[in-house]
Amino acid sequence: MSANYEDRDLGFDRGFEREYDRTMPRGPRRMQRRKICRFCIEKVDYIDYKDVKLLQSYVPERGKILPRRISGVCAAHQRMLAEAIKRARNIALLPYAAD
Amino acid sequence: MAEKRNYEMVFIVDPGVADDEVMRLSESIQKIITGQGGSITKTEMMGKRQLAYEINHKKDGTYVLLEVEGSGAEIAEVERRMRVNDQILRYMTIRVDEGLRRAQKLKDRRARKAARKAGAGKAKGAAGGLNASSDEENAA
Repeated sequence: MSANYEDRDLGFDRGFEREYDRTMPRGPRRMQRRKICRFCIEKVDYIDYKDVKLLQSYVPERGKILPRRISGVCAAHQRMLAEAIKRARNIALLPYAAD
Repeated sequence: MAEKRNYEMVFIVDPGVADDEVMRLSESIQKIITGQGGSITKTEMMGKRQLAYEINHKKDGTYVLLEVEGSGAEIAEVERRMRVNDQILRYMTIRVDEGLRRAQKLKDRRARKAARKAGAGKAKGAAGGLNASSDEENAA
């Protein structure tokens, strides 16, 4: 229930977000709904570096770690994720950089 | 040094080495560990897989995973041997007990939080979503 609440258009009625909107440059870029940390929802306490499939979804083509402003991962989980990705890189499960 | 530590040891063997040879190599490593007073809690042959980048001009390798319990001395010894072994392309040892302890702590905290919420009797069924958002606040 609460998830839907956050998903929907609530944001447009909130004062601080309107204020934020005004400071934004006008144009095609509009307020996006707040992303929710996937690991928090799934209640993940530890991210395993051997789980290549999972890690790959946070490592785009280039091989860099996806910033959390894009993925919406919370700070605590981003730290765990970064650690796991770096470990996976060490043993060649993930690339350091793609070409 | 009395306390037990848990390690996870992954190493990559040259793809040219046959499977039974890899087994032998893994056994000899396990022998070193037990000889030094450590114990093996799990071994897993993860099989041959492609490397994300070339190591010594090799494009793939055989992954072997060992879970070790010990004091840390045996890890140093094994790593020394691995370093000079040409068949081992790469190795990595990770201490896991600290991470697991932290995970346990997080789990406990969540359980406590859930218990408190249930006790207050205000949250009905929405505990999951609320928890997620409060976790986020804590992190920020």
